[in-house]
Amino acid sequence: MQWETVIGLEVHVQLATQSKIFSGASTAYGAEPNTQACAVDLGMPGVLPVVNENAVAMAVRFGLAIGAEIPEVSIFERKNYFYPDLPKGYQTSQMAQPIVGPGTIDITLDDGTVNAVRIHHAHLEEDAGKSMHESFHGMTGIDLNRAGTPLLEIVSEPDMRSAREASAYVRALHAIVTYMGISDGNMAEGSMRCDVNVSVRPKGQEAFGTRAEIKNVNSFRFIEQAIECEVERQIDLIEDGGKVVQETRLFDPDLNETRSMRTKEEANDYRYFPCPDLLPMMLDDAYIEHQRSLLPELPSEKRQRFETALGLSAYDASVLASSRAMADYFEQAMQSCGDAKLAANWVQGDLSARLNKAGLDISESPVSATQLGELLARIKDDTINGKAAKQVFADLWDCKGETADQIIEARGLKQVTDTAAIEAIVDQVITDNPVQVTQYREAEPDKRGKMIGFFVGQAMKASRGTANPQQVNALIKSKLDALL
Amino acid sequence: MAIEHADVLRAAHLARLGIDNTDAERYVGDLSRILDMVDALSGIDTDGVKPLAHPLDATQPLRADEAIEPNRRDTYQESAPAVADGYYLVPRVVE
Repeated sequence: MQWETVIGLEVHVQLATQSKIFSGASTAYGAEPNTQACAVDLGMPGVLPVVNENAVAMAVRFGLAIGAEIPEVSIFERKNYFYPDLPKGYQTSQMAQPIVGPGTIDITLDDGTVNAVRIHHAHLEEDAGKSMHESFHGMTGIDLNRAGTPLLEIVSEPDMRSAREASAYVRALHAIVTYMGISDGNMAEGSMRCDVNVSVRPKGQEAFGTRAEIKNVNSFRFIEQAIECEVERQIDLIEDGGKVVQETRLFDPDLNETRSMRTKEEANDYRYFPCPDLLPMMLDDAYIEHQRSLLPELPSEKRQRFETALGLSAYDASVLASSRAMADYFEQAMQSCGDAKLAANWVQGDLSARLNKAGLDISESPVSATQLGELLARIKDDTINGKAAKQVFADLWDCKGETADQIIEARGLKQVTDTAAIEAIVDQVITDNPVQVTQYREAEPDKRGKMIGFFVGQAMKASRGTANPQQVNALIKSKLDALL
Repeated sequence: MAIEHADVLRAAHLARLGIDNTDAERYVGDLSRILDMVDALSGIDTDGVKPLAHPLDATQPLRADEAIEPNRRDTYQESAPAVADGYYLVPRVVE
């Protein structure tokens, strides 16, 4: 039987605020345990939460970025459950009236097609603390520094049909929140955590199959792996006459399998009710419009501009706009050299290749965007040829010079465009290679084009790579043809 | 509105309340009467009445995003039953 996979995601994005969502405690990562957990975060009697305006602003801007409606009123509710890292006995969250209504996020698939994934809603909530089960001799240690950290939970519709689509969605979401600066998007530190809902159904069937939720899948690669092995598990199970049960599962990347964590509690087990400690939040048009005015250029808009205003191909535009760091680097390099296509080729070519090899992110590049731009400017104004440029780039990478101009000067890479100088080199090459000249003269006319390569190579070598290759090429052709 | 023995036990479990069977029987009666009283609301015409999220007719004030809380870990941990290395200790929980 042909099976179809159906995937929906719940992504928790940690908002990049200074303080907690309901208290003035710091949200900085990596502090000593419980040094950033104040009376409100600890759920002490008599404390009252007060909402952080910045968390609200970030949520609203996210909503505007995905074309969602921002309701005038939103409400915080209590989600009740018991766990030691949740001191109040409930998580303050939103359910019936979340801050962000339905919207859409465009994802770009491998073949370049763009799909819209519908967003059901996004809501604000607080994070819980962390439990340490290992080092306390039969006890569990609780660190509440993370308790109360603002999260935006973004809930998609079940619109994805493959592991690739799901990871493309998370990438798109990651690009949006990091472009906007509302989250650092650091998956390793838990700033973006994904719960993946997966089900399968016979191809052509409209009704959804029973889904399993895979918790806390925290890298782009693991998202695909987790989905692939969960899909396989469900299909095997059904084909063997079994039934998928609705449950929460954990992905184990070492064993490449998902395993059951607990059967999924029904939503009403959480006994949601409006939080009496928090009043309804009212957001008027003026506030929302003000937030709209603070929106930066988003990935899709940038992609569009790269294509239309800069004349880049759809592929180049989508690669360069894929992350804010990449886009900023490219634009800076382009500004320094004044040539979008040249900058695009180098950023995606030589630079990306070196970065990949070194395992570095573009934000960690040893060659700055300005340095690269200045190098490219020297290609553009014919000071150096492409071959010399690669040499200069390698030197910049190895910090053998501050600027491209310094390296060009120090290594004598300046391109020779003086016709007389090039002519002398070319004449010498022709004199030195009589055998090849005879072969050229005796060759079929349509073979000669290829044979020129040999002479050009010799001339470039003789000039130590500094001759202008176009000039060399033209000159050799005319000189050889004159001998026919 | 009828509430049954099983409903009471389930609610008690969700709230982590330890109640015995005799108590549960009594709560079936008490809770049913409370629910009946609330049920009187369904007799009222609420068309055009907006759902009320909070009895106060006010909206949530927002605070500036500033980390202003000092570290008072030592004070807070004085009242904790067990602490170690800055952590609050609780009976072991394993998923």
